[in-house]
Amino acid sequence: MLKIENLHAAVDGKPILNGLSLTIAPGEVHAVMGPNGSGKSTLSYVLAGREGYEVTEGSVSFHGQDLLAMEPEERAVAGMFLAFQAPVELPGVGNANFLRTALNAVRRARGEAEMDAMQFLKLARARMKVLNMPEDMLKRPVNVGFSGGEKKRNEMLQLAMLAPKFAVLDETDSGLDIDALKMVADTVNSLRGPDFSALVITHYQRLLNHIVPDRVHVLSAGRIIKSGGPELAQELEASGYAGVQAAA
Amino acid sequence: MTAVASTGAAAFLGRYEGLRTRLPGARVAWVEALRNGAAEAFRAQGFPTRRMEAWRYTDLASVAGAVFGEPLTGVEDATEIPAAAGPRAVFIDGRFRPDLSTLDALPYAADSLARVLPTLDGRIGTIARPAEQPMAALNTMLFEDGLVVDVPAGVAGGVLELLSLATDSERAPAYHPRHLVRLGAGASLTLLETAAGPQAARYLHNPVFEIEIAEGARLAHGRLQQEGREGVFLSTVYARVGAGGAYDNFTLNAGARLARNEIHVALTGPKAEAHMNGVQLVGDGQHADTTTTLDHAAPDCSSRQTYKTVLAGRSRGVFQGKIHVHQVAQKTDGYQMNQALLLSPEAEIDSKPQLEIYADDVKCSHGATVGELDADHLFFLRSRGIPEAQAKAILVEAFLTEAVEAVAEEPIRAALTRGVAGWWQRQGVAGGIEEA
Ligand SMILES: Nc1ncnc2c1ncn2[C@@H]1O[C@H](COP(=O)(O)OP(=O)(O)OP(=O)(O)O)[C@@H](O)[C@H]1O
Ligand SMILES: [Mg+2]
Repeated sequence: MLKIENLHAAVDGKPILNGLSLTIAPGEVHAVMGPNGSGKSTLSYVLAGREGYEVTEGSVSFHGQDLLAMEPEERAVAGMFLAFQAPVELPGVGNANFLRTALNAVRRARGEAEMDAMQFLKLARARMKVLNMPEDMLKRPVNVGFSGGEKKRNEMLQLAMLAPKFAVLDETDSGLDIDALKMVADTVNSLRGPDFSALVITHYQRLLNHIVPDRVHVLSAGRIIKSGGPELAQELEASGYAGVQAAA
Repeated sequence: MTAVASTGAAAFLGRYEGLRTRLPGARVAWVEALRNGAAEAFRAQGFPTRRMEAWRYTDLASVAGAVFGEPLTGVEDATEIPAAAGPRAVFIDGRFRPDLSTLDALPYAADSLARVLPTLDGRIGTIARPAEQPMAALNTMLFEDGLVVDVPAGVAGGVLELLSLATDSERAPAYHPRHLVRLGAGASLTLLETAAGPQAARYLHNPVFEIEIAEGARLAHGRLQQEGREGVFLSTVYARVGAGGAYDNFTLNAGARLARNEIHVALTGPKAEAHMNGVQLVGDGQHADTTTTLDHAAPDCSSRQTYKTVLAGRSRGVFQGKIHVHQVAQKTDGYQMNQALLLSPEAEIDSKPQLEIYADDVKCSHGATVGELDADHLFFLRSRGIPEAQAKAILVEAFLTEAVEAVAEEPIRAALTRGVAGWWQRQGVAGGIEEA
């Protein structure tokens, strides 16, 4: 369970999140929508522990642990996963080697048995098949020369391999074709269950037709100004943020 | 030139006066003339100082101010040496050890320089330039031993290991081996050189190589410099490559308190090639210098150089690379890249690429970069559960990839990978990427 209370965060001294509260129970999927620059990615980075995002007030507890006190890798081990809005390229780091290293780092930290190269490849190939990814993407350096959509698929591959307890998807649907969009939804839906929850950041109602959220929140100027059921996303799609912002 | 010789220079000159009648080749006139000439050059110049252009970034004051002893001649087995996988020449404190070497039944000649010196007239001192390089002068004045390899025309020599080990001695020995490698037309050899010593031992290892590669011959020369942390390693390689020949040098410069990897390659026949790649791993308290000069002295030759330096803690790195394209060297294709990665705010790199081009139809490029680890890359790896130290090691490995992948020879690449892993272990980091 993720419980964010009165979260304030600043970047370079500039306040971006201004008293954000949000509770996501195990098994739930919440969507966050909001205008450009409202602080959605900032929220995702604060949850993942990126340097330079200073929490000035508030708290985040994750399955009873103080998330903000943990290093990024500790958060990953505890089950936090962020699918990046703009995944980085890592020249010189092979995708398969990276994936296996990450998987084993997490497994080691959790006291689970490491995967040998054979077991790993078997699992990776199976996951890639579902994601409709060509196998040569394992051999290539992480995200180098990948198209925008391929990078997002690669994020979903990491999600599927690491099978976290909590996933933040930061606009994973942006720039994806219809088939890829369904693939993202399938990845999330296949993980859905009592031990998995997610925060899906998106600009489009379209994705939410495939990943039906339990709750939808509107973020504006670093705060949640409105929450509702899936119908809220449809409302926003039809009338934009202006009405919601004016009412708040 | 120098009014007052440094303590160290005076001590070495004194040693030469004392030993000159006992050094190998002492009664051979040409050897004596060679040594006397070198002694004159060394007397005139002393140790290099930072006033010399080629030594601006590397200060030898700590060497010039020290007095080193003679290596012991004993045969004590202070070092544990792994069993030889193939042909191998072992030198302990600069002296050839036939009991530890395996050089039988080779399709070429390989021997101790001390044994065959009188037969080497016209072969030694023909490429090295002691008048310009004081360390080569010191080597020429005092060399006692070395490896002499002669691969006849057309012979594929396979892999030969050259292992140079320092012992743990109170005497802080200095040794100046002279290695000669000659490949006849169309011959080939992979020479895998390792220089190592105990971590706490003080010593000076000052090797000079003279390498002659005839038409169409290929020498792959892998070098792992893993001297002990109190050692000083000052090495100079001179290589000359004939028409259609190739010299492939890969140096891992990772050990020693103070290390200089100086390489001079001359491409003297058309279509000769040089590949010079290297990695410098410089930890806290270390200084590592790679200085190369590449002479394009014939048309249609190509050269490729990629050097990567990683610096941690309080450390200093140097890269100087000069490409000299002579007027005759039309259609030269030259490339040089040197990149440094600073892992600490107390690390420093000096880099000086230099192109001197006297021909008009050439393609020559060079580049240099200095950077730090990318914070976004590091965060990405950590966000996937990889601990910070391991994530850094992965990114450093990735930085080195280009230089390492340029090494075509499998035995050299394998040795190199082991060398890099060893450096990480000494930095207290276990494991980088896991292969899948
Ligand atoms: N380093 C920084 N310095 C100053 N302002 C920053 C910095 N990083 C982010 N911001 C600002 O913080 C605000 C929130 O950015 P954020 O990326 O969280 O928005 P977002 O809601 O994800 O927008 P989008 O929908 O465009 O992805 C923006 O106004 C942005 O310009
Ligand atoms: Mg964003």
